Amino acid sequence: MVALRTPTVAFVGNPNTGKTTLFNALAGMNQRVGNYAGVTVETKKGKLRVGDLPFDIIDLPGTYSLAPRSPDEMLAVDVILGHNPTEPRPDVVVTIVDASNLERNLYLMTQVAELGVPVVIALNMVDVATAQGLKIDVDRLSQQLGVPVVPLQANRGIGLEALKTAIAAAFESRPSARSPAFPERFDEEVAKLQAFTGSEEPTYLLRRLVLDVDGYAEKRLGDKYGPDLIDKMTAARQRLVQAGFTLAGIEARVRYGWIHKVTTDCIQRPAQRPVAWTDRIDKVLTHRVWGTLIFLVVMFLVFESIFVAAAPFMDWIKAGVAWVSESIGGLLSPGPLRSLLVEGIIKGVGAVIVFLPQIVFLFAIIAFLEDCGYMARAAFLMDRLMSRAGLNGKSFIPLLSSMACAVPGIMSARVIENRRDRLATILVAPLMSCSARLPVYSLLISAFLPIAVYGWWVPGLVFFGLYMLGIIVAPLMAFLLKQTLLRGETPVFVMEMPLYKMPSLATVLRRAFDSGWMFLKRAGTLILATMILVWAALYFPSGNYEEEIAQLEQPLEQPREQLKTLKSELKALQDADAKDAAAIAAKQALVDEAKETLVPHEKQINDLRSQWKAQSVLGRMGQWIEPAVKPLGWDWRIGMAAIASFPAREVMVGTLGIIFGEGEGDAGDEEYRDSVGQSLRNSGAFTVPVAMSVLVFFALCSQCVSTLVIIKRETGAWRWPIFTFVYMTALAYIGAFVTYQVGSLF
Amino acid sequence: MTLNEIKPGQRVRIESLLGDDVVLQRLMEMGLLEDEELEVIGFAPMGDPMEIRLRDYRLSLRRTEAARIRVTLLP
Repeated sequence: MVALRTPTVAFVGNPNTGKTTLFNALAGMNQRVGNYAGVTVETKKGKLRVGDLPFDIIDLPGTYSLAPRSPDEMLAVDVILGHNPTEPRPDVVVTIVDASNLERNLYLMTQVAELGVPVVIALNMVDVATAQGLKIDVDRLSQQLGVPVVPLQANRGIGLEALKTAIAAAFESRPSARSPAFPERFDEEVAKLQAFTGSEEPTYLLRRLVLDVDGYAEKRLGDKYGPDLIDKMTAARQRLVQAGFTLAGIEARVRYGWIHKVTTDCIQRPAQRPVAWTDRIDKVLTHRVWGTLIFLVVMFLVFESIFVAAAPFMDWIKAGVAWVSESIGGLLSPGPLRSLLVEGIIKGVGAVIVFLPQIVFLFAIIAFLEDCGYMARAAFLMDRLMSRAGLNGKSFIPLLSSMACAVPGIMSARVIENRRDRLATILVAPLMSCSARLPVYSLLISAFLPIAVYGWWVPGLVFFGLYMLGIIVAPLMAFLLKQTLLRGETPVFVMEMPLYKMPSLATVLRRAFDSGWMFLKRAGTLILATMILVWAALYFPSGNYEEEIAQLEQPLEQPREQLKTLKSELKALQDADAKDAAAIAAKQALVDEAKETLVPHEKQINDLRSQWKAQSVLGRMGQWIEPAVKPLGWDWRIGMAAIASFPAREVMVGTLGIIFGEGEGDAGDEEYRDSVGQSLRNSGAFTVPVAMSVLVFFALCSQCVSTLVIIKRETGAWRWPIFTFVYMTALAYIGAFVTYQVGSLF
Repeated sequence: MTLNEIKPGQRVRIESLLGDDVVLQRLMEMGLLEDEELEVIGFAPMGDPMEIRLRDYRLSLRRTEAARIRVTLLP
């Protein structure tokens, strides 16, 4: 047989059958993640060689059934039917079947068999089946189903060679699987509809058309053949119901009945089911008290890992970026090019890769929790709570993660199968207070609500209140969305509770790596582009400012160096084991003196910078929107800083620093924040109600390009990030307005 | 009685499933069919959802869905 193209093998299977492990074992490192237009699921592709025969292999999303109810599920059906324009029809379909759970897994296999492609069954986890006392007669099973059945332990690499040989053999001999017969009455109706389409459409799709009320086949074929087909379909359904059929039950009864009949003498079950490890572990992990406690500990660790453990890596990235921009900045003379490179591109790139540690950490943990089986238990424990907001248990981790950063949080919403629940989770995730809000919170709280004036409990209480604002508003918003925009029948929450098992390190690492890579590839460029746009809006028109500043700075280089040296000498003295009070005091005096001489010069530069930004495009926008932010108690400078923080919330601190004459600085630097706070207090633009209004605004607004870009990437449409921006800005505005107006009464 | 009323540890046989819609289709796809026997493992700490064992695997479902499954107790 001469193949014109490389033959394709598709992998399908239920979730939790070790499909990904098997695919990784076969494809090795040579694989890539692909996306299809309009579909949010990812498919993996790789290459496989059997003898000298090459195959392209494709891993389709894990599913329990090929009854498509969403574009995502339709993808698998389309690929196998050869209806996907970018994907050739697979020559062989490998169906991965969990040997310890044969009946339910074979359900999907009988559907695949009807799609008219050669099938090979990969009977995975035979060791688990044996441990449960199940005896499976593989040869007999193969005979009964009419397809090759290969026993496997994918996690240990056992049976892979046999599977490869079976794939190659099936490609040559094209065995046809046996599949159950549907009731005659039903098939007659299907045949009538098929005749109406001119016998163009495969029987499988027409069966789906009758079976799946509001399913994807209805939409697809309805668009193609018009309302006449829909009328005929409705009539066919009515006749079937009159004849005593339950539409929803026809298929399951046929398939499970057939599966039970053909497998009954292939499986021997033990008289007494042995108590499995999973039973014992589950007793603890879903226990009222212990289960809840362990859950809280696990979630605490998830949160800490992205909030704390990722921090040093983020600091390294920031330091690296600072070093690169300093070195490159030193090589160029001041001007738009240097500013574009240093302030625009290098900072922008840094702002993108700084997300990587959190994304990689979170996805490694999620892969670990999913692979070992705990994820389903976590969803089980949290479902009741989340269902009150119209979500389900699987929304918990994405929302929790969003308290560190909404970007990995939104990406992790992929664990939610239901489309509407996933969308609702994604849209409210940015309301959770993330770590980028922290610098803004601490700047304003420590500047305007100091412990010394308001008491020790006030700053903490305000912090707590700002976090609670997100925790309360997000579920309310989700509830609202589910009642309005994302309205629809409550999705069925039926979730398999997989067996606990040792997670595979390779799977965990692979998932972490893929997620980081996908973020860079899919979101990186767009985030960078926006960063550069905002840079330009803050830079132009640049007049002579940059040259003037450079001229003023030149004579300061040496005294600044001196101050630095003096400061480090002072620190060395202070840190010394034997403290010499006199020497410290003397050094301190020197430091103060050096600072003192620099102050007027620094002030001149900072004022110049402030003037420059005030007349920049962004500064003008600030002045232009002043009437709009007046009711919030803001003047144009605060308005401008809020616009400038569009790339990321923490930019607010640096922008306020520049416009209020403190110069540039790092939002994470406490000393810098203190001096910015000082000048905000002295500026007269801020009062306590104004500060509170800004705080509430930042708790609720969506000033974060990366979040909006990742929403676009994850939902596949611009309307969702636009919607998120609009509703969050409206919420933030109203919140800030009420805060200021009420605050001004006192 | 219906499945949501069964206590942990009890075994039941499914008598019938109520309705004819997507929810039912999904439940049946997962193997919840007439004459099938299953065991209730337990309920989540907040009382919902519940966990059951059927056809060699474990499944969790909400009480609202379980209420559509009419069962008889097995000894």
